[in-house]
Amino acid sequence: MVLSFAIPGSDALNFNAPHQQAQFTGKENSGRMKALVKNLLNSLRDLAPIVVVIFFFQFFVLQQPIPNVLDLLLGTLFVVLGLTLFIQGLEWGLFPIGESLAYAFARKGSLFWLLVFAFCLGFSTTVAEPALIAVAAEASQVASLGGMIAGTEQAMSSYAFGLRITVAFSVGLALVIGVMRILKGWPIHLLIIGGYVLVVLVTLIAPQEIIGIAYDSGGVTTSTITVPLVTALGIGLASAIAGRNPMVDGFGLIALASLTPMIFVMIYGILLNAFGSGVV
Amino acid sequence: MDVLIQLVTTLLATMRDVIPIAAIIFGFQIFVIRKPVANIGRVLAGFALVLVGLSFFLMGLERALFPLGRLMAEQLTAPSFVASFSNLGHWQQYFWVYIFAFAIGASTTIAEPSLIAVAIKANQVSGGAIKVWGLRIAVALGVAIGIALGSWRIVMGYPIHWFIIAGYCVVIVQTMVAPKLIIPLAYDSGGVTTSTVTVPLVAALGLGLAETIPGRSALIDGFGLIAFASVFPIMTVMGYAQLSEWRARRGADKNKQYEYEGQKP
Repeated sequence: MVLSFAIPGSDALNFNAPHQQAQFTGKENSGRMKALVKNLLNSLRDLAPIVVVIFFFQFFVLQQPIPNVLDLLLGTLFVVLGLTLFIQGLEWGLFPIGESLAYAFARKGSLFWLLVFAFCLGFSTTVAEPALIAVAAEASQVASLGGMIAGTEQAMSSYAFGLRITVAFSVGLALVIGVMRILKGWPIHLLIIGGYVLVVLVTLIAPQEIIGIAYDSGGVTTSTITVPLVTALGIGLASAIAGRNPMVDGFGLIALASLTPMIFVMIYGILLNAFGSGVV
Repeated sequence: MDVLIQLVTTLLATMRDVIPIAAIIFGFQIFVIRKPVANIGRVLAGFALVLVGLSFFLMGLERALFPLGRLMAEQLTAPSFVASFSNLGHWQQYFWVYIFAFAIGASTTIAEPSLIAVAIKANQVSGGAIKVWGLRIAVALGVAIGIALGSWRIVMGYPIHWFIIAGYCVVIVQTMVAPKLIIPLAYDSGGVTTSTVTVPLVAALGLGLAETIPGRSALIDGFGLIAFASVFPIMTVMGYAQLSEWRARRGADKNKQYEYEGQKP
């Protein structure tokens, strides 16, 4: 339905969950309402555990009343509504575009453009990632307090910027390696285990202050918009190329994107330590 | 009015995140692929829904759950609260912190939108063999264990890389014995766990702990909880697959036995 051309085996890849197909057949409006209500209930259920945990600790452990009950209710309502819209948007927008781009690149057969695309996607989604900006700013403050870099505004912002560029570059590189892997059919565990060995080796020589940040930067790179897009891209590529299994070859891009930043951030720390902030 | 201003601010911030991604996608579509996007109207509507949905989601979290969660992390790690259990041993005093870490890790992971996305895809691609909820619960359990253990590490002051490297060793051993189909997905689930919902609460917990406990530094000890939350789900997801495989095999064995005895299962 999203792809206009037929690909063998693409039946298994029809991206719409069953409840959504119901929207486009028969009684469209009531189907749509039903689906919406169902999705809202799903989101409510997804959110329930957090609310239970917070209430439990507030009442039973800390034994304090809930401040601003009205605000809390309104906020929870927003979260439920937002999650519902986001999931719908995933299935209409992010999943189909990710997969259709993968098919288009596979049909075009241009390895160069596919790799350029993979790098750009990784770099651009990461460099502006708010979680990364927050972590980098925090890291620069702590680094200046710890005497790793000078305490000036300029030294701190150049350190934070260097950190962001390093992480974004390594995520771009990870997607390039990951796409190559899907094309060639390399087993993912060899790449990941090789990466782990590198992480361990670099940890041995990295300055101690950078290790925690480096390990964390692996986790914060992959945002809520990047993950569905990159997953759809990988699965699309693995389904479009003959001889690849989407389950075995389609996943793994996110794993690589969480691994490379650890290595490169530690290398950044080592270079900074060795040559001072003038070089990097 | 206040709500409206906040909504617009969040919407603008989310837009700033989405625009580079949209520019890359549509840029390549137009200049490299040179073909119109199929179903362009629906795709654009999807992007708009993602944008609006994420804004509401973030704003709601910021209004309701984050302030309370952060306050809780502060209160649970505050010296006065911890001292009320001073009859216990050094690290046992923090037992509410570990329980909170476990509970908040599991519950925020269940609500993590990117994990929902990956679980939906994995379910479709595996033809239903991987259950959406099975995967989500396995990952949530991994994050919960990881964050609880990571909090304990901050209290004890052990170096983070011991734990992460030991975790890698377990992952490598499990990779050799787990069903082949799950391995890439398990590796991926390490990366998807920590985004919008989990990171802010978990980071507050880690920094709160590092600031309270004498002799810990925010730089060396405060960071690193997220790394724990990325390694442990790999193990639990592979464990989930091993468990399902074992159960399926046991079922098959039973059926064989019935055939042998000339009975129907």
